[in-house]
Amino acid sequence: MKARSILYLVLIYGFLYVPVVLLVMFSFNRSKLNAVWTGFTFEWYGRLLHNGAVLDAAKNSLIVAAVSTVVATMIGTLAAVGMYRYHFRGKTVLDGLLYTVIIIPEIVMGIALLAFFALAGVPLGIFTLIAAHITFCIPFVAVIVRARLAGFDRSLEEAALDLGASEWQTFRHVTLPIIMPGIMAGALLAFTLSIDDVIISFFVAGPAGTTLPLKIYSMVKFGVTPEINALSTMMLLLTLTLVVIAERIRLRK
Amino acid sequence: MKKFGPVWTISPVALWIAVFFSVPLGLVLFVSFMTRGLYGGIEYTFTLDNYVRFFDPLYGKILWESVLVAACTTSLCLLFGYPFAYIVARSPRKYRNLLLLLIVIPFWTNSLIRTYAWIVLLRTEGVLNTALMKLGLIAEPLPMLYNDGAVLVGLAYTLFPFMVLPLYASIEKLDPAYLEAAGDLGAKPWQTFMHVTLPLTAPGIVAGSLLVFVPTLGLFFIPDLMGGSKSMLIGNLIKNQFLSARDWPFGSAVSIVLMALTLLMIAVYAKTAGNDRDGVI
Repeated sequence: MKARSILYLVLIYGFLYVPVVLLVMFSFNRSKLNAVWTGFTFEWYGRLLHNGAVLDAAKNSLIVAAVSTVVATMIGTLAAVGMYRYHFRGKTVLDGLLYTVIIIPEIVMGIALLAFFALAGVPLGIFTLIAAHITFCIPFVAVIVRARLAGFDRSLEEAALDLGASEWQTFRHVTLPIIMPGIMAGALLAFTLSIDDVIISFFVAGPAGTTLPLKIYSMVKFGVTPEINALSTMMLLLTLTLVVIAERIRLRK
Repeated sequence: MKKFGPVWTISPVALWIAVFFSVPLGLVLFVSFMTRGLYGGIEYTFTLDNYVRFFDPLYGKILWESVLVAACTTSLCLLFGYPFAYIVARSPRKYRNLLLLLIVIPFWTNSLIRTYAWIVLLRTEGVLNTALMKLGLIAEPLPMLYNDGAVLVGLAYTLFPFMVLPLYASIEKLDPAYLEAAGDLGAKPWQTFMHVTLPLTAPGIVAGSLLVFVPTLGLFFIPDLMGGSKSMLIGNLIKNQFLSARDWPFGSAVSIVLMALTLLMIAVYAKTAGNDRDGVI
């Protein structure tokens, strides 16, 4: 690579990473001011553990992410298998709807669900959050599993059937193991999307369902504090772990 | 496999999407033609007023400014993202996965946290101002936050990876043999770029632009947190109609306009890129 190219890469990666690295650094800073380094401390992390509202938000986030991931992965995987295998009436419509869910501005989906829950008389909270998160996760799982199915040799299934396996056995022992990496990648993606979501959650959470990003949002509105840095750092760490696992699964195929 | 048939695989997704996506969207469309009630509720009388209000200069201006900001964000991301994606796609194979991972990580990182990182950097008592004052380069803090420039930086920073990933995908697919051929036939480097590279990577450019343009319109928290008191984009307008002004019919109409704008752009995309929708994500 030319020196010019390397310099350009360094500049852009610097632009991408320096703000985040500073944020992480100041989460360990003794001064409250978030501007000058004065010494190392874990104090802000300790404070988070005694902050009831933050712990509640963390609990909500994990419950919502876990439940939505499981449900969205099941529905999305079934959808991918069904759409790969069968032709049925309305397939194009369903396909188009799934892509619309992905591409629609999140704010429109947020207010649509808010209006829906309000007019249906469903009180906002964990339940509405989970329903919303399942909805925006399903298409991502379906797309990823379908991409995995597209590269799949159908004669393997036929061979299993010819050798006397039942349809369920064929699915369980041939199809499922082959598409498993796709399902895992889809589930990890769903979990990340759910745990990071701000905009849709903002509308459907209600006072009872504050999640971590929503908690960060309301904290940032009141000003910059090292506790926010500490909380952000922990969320970054979680995302980083999930991304690295997802990439390893992706590269293994 | 007839037993494990379409019914069992397709009904859950069809039912779920119908109830939690199609019905709510239909509802927004319906409410956008209703009248606002006296105390912020919805009165079920048909009206076109909510759409007519867009011709009010105040709201027309918000719509226009939002499109302008989205266009600026998209251009910035494309201008800096294209050479970047090109270098990464043409880098030695052994580094490429690492370089790509370094773009994927910000892609998945919470956009709110990334916005907060810039607030820490730019605010009056922030890292940059403190450093510049210590160095004696400025006497008092520069007003770097709470203006339109800050909103633009925040948006471009948040959405940059969404531009780079599709660009990378289309540049990586480009066969270098075409470029060599153009060169052998006497094309100058910029001619090769304009007539070979650019057209062949157009799907990536359009997909990336779409992935930046559309979310820009809806990311209400960046203007909220980084913009001045007057920073109002279409996302903030929708949010305010639903939460503070309690004018759901008008908020719904704005959402429908935003949705129409989005679908229009996707139609343009589908036309330029054929029907290769897998490239969108």
